[in-house]
Amino acid sequence: MGLLDRQFNNSNVIITSMENLLNWARLSSLWQMQFGLACCAIEMMAAAASHYDFDRFGVIPRATPRQSDVMIVAGTVTLKMASRIKRLYDQMSEPRYVVSMGSCSNCGGPYWEHGYHVLKGVDRVIPVDVYVPGCPPRPEALMEGIIKLQEKIRRETLVRKSA
Amino acid sequence: MLTDFGRVFIFFLIAGLFVAVGLVAAWALRPKRGYPGKLSSYECGEEPVGTSWVRFNIRFYVVALIFLIFEVETVFLFPWALVYKDLGMFAFVEMLIFLFILFVGYAYVWAKGDLDWDRPSPTIPVARDYAAAKAQNR
Repeated sequence: MGLLDRQFNNSNVIITSMENLLNWARLSSLWQMQFGLACCAIEMMAAAASHYDFDRFGVIPRATPRQSDVMIVAGTVTLKMASRIKRLYDQMSEPRYVVSMGSCSNCGGPYWEHGYHVLKGVDRVIPVDVYVPGCPPRPEALMEGIIKLQEKIRRETLVRKSA
Repeated sequence: MLTDFGRVFIFFLIAGLFVAVGLVAAWALRPKRGYPGKLSSYECGEEPVGTSWVRFNIRFYVVALIFLIFEVETVFLFPWALVYKDLGMFAFVEMLIFLFILFVGYAYVWAKGDLDWDRPSPTIPVARDYAAAKAQNR
């Protein structure tokens, strides 16, 4: 267990200041696990390119899960890929976040009824923080998802969760 | 007052502190919730095969050594190019001799066959003709 990680039973001004600093640092450099699964990845690439410029949110693609903070599941999660996604998520170091991008990874999307090879929602294998609807979502939508995730990180606390 | 080496010492001190503070801060801040899945080697999401401490082929050593020699040659070439105008013909001939010696070594390595790479000859699997096999069994 880390020295500061959920180690405190009650909060005070020092802990909240520390939380603010940590959360600010974490939400300002959300390095993204670089992988795309389907057509959503094209929109994700567009979001990372100069026109939408994800870099201004601190989102830059990393080629290894060890260095990444957020996994953007962009596209159709096939059953074959599901085990890989689980493994990649496991290999990310904490704190780690997941953005589910597009209908397919949210719930199976158009493959809901007859997709024999598609996982019906990536949240069946890994915990998802933010769902971005759309088929595929425009870069603006993904951007809003990232901003939602930043809002979520801003509320994180070092205080131990009461069971 | 500080001597010149005193400044170097302070430089090393700050460099050491930079690393130490970074590591200690990371140790204090980071969550430590390791489990086998998280600690496994990253192999592009595939099931890791063996440990990450694999042995490399010894032939890489020879290639790395030759690479190193020519890298050092480049390191020598840059200052030579800087003072080339002042030294003139003498420097040119001297560098030619230096390059010649290195190329003799290169030719030697080549002739020795150390640059040859023994390719493995795997048995390539062939697709079985299932239709023919079925007809035969019938």
